[in-house]
Amino acid sequence: MSDTRVRLGQTEVGAVGGRGDGTEVVLDVRDLRVSYVTPRGPVRAVNGVSFALRRGEAFGLVGESGSGKSTIALSLMQLIKPPGRIEGGQALLDGTDVLALSEEEMRRVRLAEIALITQGAMNSLNPVMRIREQIIDAWKDHGEPINGREAEERIRDLLRWVGLQPEVARMYPHELSGGMKQRAVIAIAISLRPKVIIADEPTSALDVVVQRQIMQTLRRIQRDLGAAVILIGHDMGLMAQFVDRLGVMYAGKLVEVSPIREMFRDPMHPYSQLLIQSLPSLARKGQFLGIPGLPPSLLDPPPGCPFHPRCPYAMERCRVEVPALELKRPNRLVACHLYEREEGQA
Amino acid sequence: MTTLLEARGVTKIYGGGLFRRDRTVALEDFSLRIEPEPPSITAIVGESGSGKTTLARLLLGMTMPTSGAILYQGKDLRKLSRREWRAFRRDVQAIFQDPYEVYNPFYRVDHVLHTPLKKFGLVKSDREARERIVEALEAVGLRPDETLGRYPHQLSGGQRQRVMVARALLVRPRLIIADEPVSMVDASLRATILESLRTLTRDFSVSLIYITHDLITAYQISDNIIVLYRGSVAEAGHAEPVVQEPQHPYTRLLIGSIPLPDPDRAWSEEQEPSAIGRLADPRSGCTFASRCPYAMEMCLERHPPLYQTERYRVTACYLYREAPVLASEHLDEAFARPGIPGPAVAASGAADEPTSSP
Ligand SMILES: Nc1ncnc2c1ncn2[C@@H]1O[C@H](COP(=O)(O)OP(=O)(O)OP(=O)(O)O)[C@@H](O)[C@H]1O
Ligand SMILES: Nc1ncnc2c1ncn2[C@@H]1O[C@H](COP(=O)(O)OP(=O)(O)OP(=O)(O)O)[C@@H](O)[C@H]1O
Ligand code: SF4
Ligand code: SF4
Ligand SMILES: [Mg+2]
Ligand SMILES: [Mg+2]
Repeated sequence: MSDTRVRLGQTEVGAVGGRGDGTEVVLDVRDLRVSYVTPRGPVRAVNGVSFALRRGEAFGLVGESGSGKSTIALSLMQLIKPPGRIEGGQALLDGTDVLALSEEEMRRVRLAEIALITQGAMNSLNPVMRIREQIIDAWKDHGEPINGREAEERIRDLLRWVGLQPEVARMYPHELSGGMKQRAVIAIAISLRPKVIIADEPTSALDVVVQRQIMQTLRRIQRDLGAAVILIGHDMGLMAQFVDRLGVMYAGKLVEVSPIREMFRDPMHPYSQLLIQSLPSLARKGQFLGIPGLPPSLLDPPPGCPFHPRCPYAMERCRVEVPALELKRPNRLVACHLYEREEGQA
Repeated sequence: MTTLLEARGVTKIYGGGLFRRDRTVALEDFSLRIEPEPPSITAIVGESGSGKTTLARLLLGMTMPTSGAILYQGKDLRKLSRREWRAFRRDVQAIFQDPYEVYNPFYRVDHVLHTPLKKFGLVKSDREARERIVEALEAVGLRPDETLGRYPHQLSGGQRQRVMVARALLVRPRLIIADEPVSMVDASLRATILESLRTLTRDFSVSLIYITHDLITAYQISDNIIVLYRGSVAEAGHAEPVVQEPQHPYTRLLIGSIPLPDPDRAWSEEQEPSAIGRLADPRSGCTFASRCPYAMEMCLERHPPLYQTERYRVTACYLYREAPVLASEHLDEAFARPGIPGPAVAASGAADEPTSSP
């Protein structure tokens, strides 16, 4: 709504991130806005997203397919390509706004400070280059040892770190299984010890056994490095097992950010509730419960709360007034008119 | 009634030219029959590299078996006439894991949807084509006005995947082979898409082979499940017993590895192989022995056959060696026919019921 409102929301988001438990904020995303220009108008893929990532924390991002999760990841890496455009906002990485860096500066930051493991990254490995060369290539921009014994040793250590045999260095991507490729991708991503690792569906193409191994590897590395991880995905089971806090996106906005236990025990936003209810289980066989209705148009978003056309609790107010992401309970940010603001929080 | 599609003793080996150590047995002696009636849903699950995509590509005629054959209406794919091949291409549709492979980046999404309608002469006018396309897109939760006219890179991963599902629905095939069709969409959409696939199989008499590593959705949607491990069937049969009371140590591992959507229930750890299992040579004996907590001496000698431990289940594991052997070409005899109410989970024919700790 009004400007002050948005800003209020941000301070709260920041406050929750940095809340006095001794952990500091490593990445502070404020009011990020990204659009894709199309002949029919701008697609508002990310529409005012704010969140604060604490050092060493695992933060999950889930939400409807097409809700803007990958766009956030790409923006933070300055990898949005036309017709995409970052329209506004900041992303402060230890105080430096990465969105404002020049291309040259950003190239140094990528990998060294913030790394991205993309959706289907396994397929982004260069098919005609050995794994070894791909690691060295990644180092080139950062003045790291490019050849010689030192490089060989570091590659060997790196591969061992992610659970790969040293021989893998000499192999081509097609000689590796999906799980091995994904480990190689992780090896490249962590090779310069970034502070923030963004993993966009790192295991969605892998089976549960390999998934568990990869996620355990990622967690070990995260702890060794003290890095923060943003895990993007759809698998709520994976989120439950891996992240400390979960952000739920809908139509380019964060609609809820809660600690993982609270999110599962007592989801507050109606979309979070329906999402959690739609999880199939092994306990009973039955109908799949999707959320009725279509995802909203991002070209011409509905007025008011973007979820109102599908929300079972929608009220008159929801059709006109956009709910701000606010602190509704301690540590819980929710964008929904059903809840009163939590008072008396810093 | 001729079998719609059959894999008969199919083996697929990659590589294996001069450098025999590069040889990969992607699928070994695999047989399966898909009958035209009643429509069935068969799930194929297994870890990464277990041969699932290889099987899909074989069944679709995209690659030829090293030995054995794929038969469409009783005829080897290699011997189909042009007309038969066309009929096959319409009857058997694919939905792929990585939809990027299928899209031509220079064509709009519309092209992917119009082509099959035109190719098989399924519509009389552009108007009818448009109606069919709109209907199919809505069935998978996409907004036609915002999907049509776009290029593949302008859609999110999940949106691209759904266009592929819509495309398969469009031509009303008799069998859909779907390789990880919903791995990239959120839980609620996954539910919507799988429900639309299930409705389709029921309403239009279409069978479905659902390939996935997601055991939960496999269980939810399928009549029967085949668990593959390194190219061989580890366990197969009616979804209920396979998932609720898995027998093969690999199936148990898979089910035990599912991350539960409950932060208070920790992800379980993989059990260590037994002392004997640690000695296993990957080239002989049970392919799972080197990871198996129950591996015994006999497991190191020869890969186990399929033991029919129950009416609707087979398990390739010596722990069940007292049960009768089912020849691998008769795998589908252990399948429950759709529509049959779930058979009671019978007492297993286990010889050595494994205990949970070695
Ligand atoms: N180049 C583009 N041109 C136009 N629209 C685009 C483009 N790239 C993405 N979009 C749109 O932006 C929105 C957000 O896409 P994004 O890939 O960020 O979603 P996502 O949340 O990662 O989805 P998924 O879970 O399916 O991966 C989608 O609606 C998508 O259609
Ligand atoms: N074109 C190829 N050339 C050589 N080896 C191949 C080829 N395609 C697959 N393979 C190998 O065959 C085995 C089976 O691969 P396949 O892709 O069928 O597994 P999958 O079960 O689909 O795995 P995923 O779950 O990762 O998709 C793997 O070891 C793989 O490396
Ligand atoms: S603001 Fe209104 S429409 Fe939106 S989620 Fe809350 S109750 Fe539903
Ligand atoms: S046959 Fe032996 S090694 Fe193979 S799964 Fe059974 S017990 Fe384990
Ligand atoms: Mg995405
Ligand atoms: Mg595959």
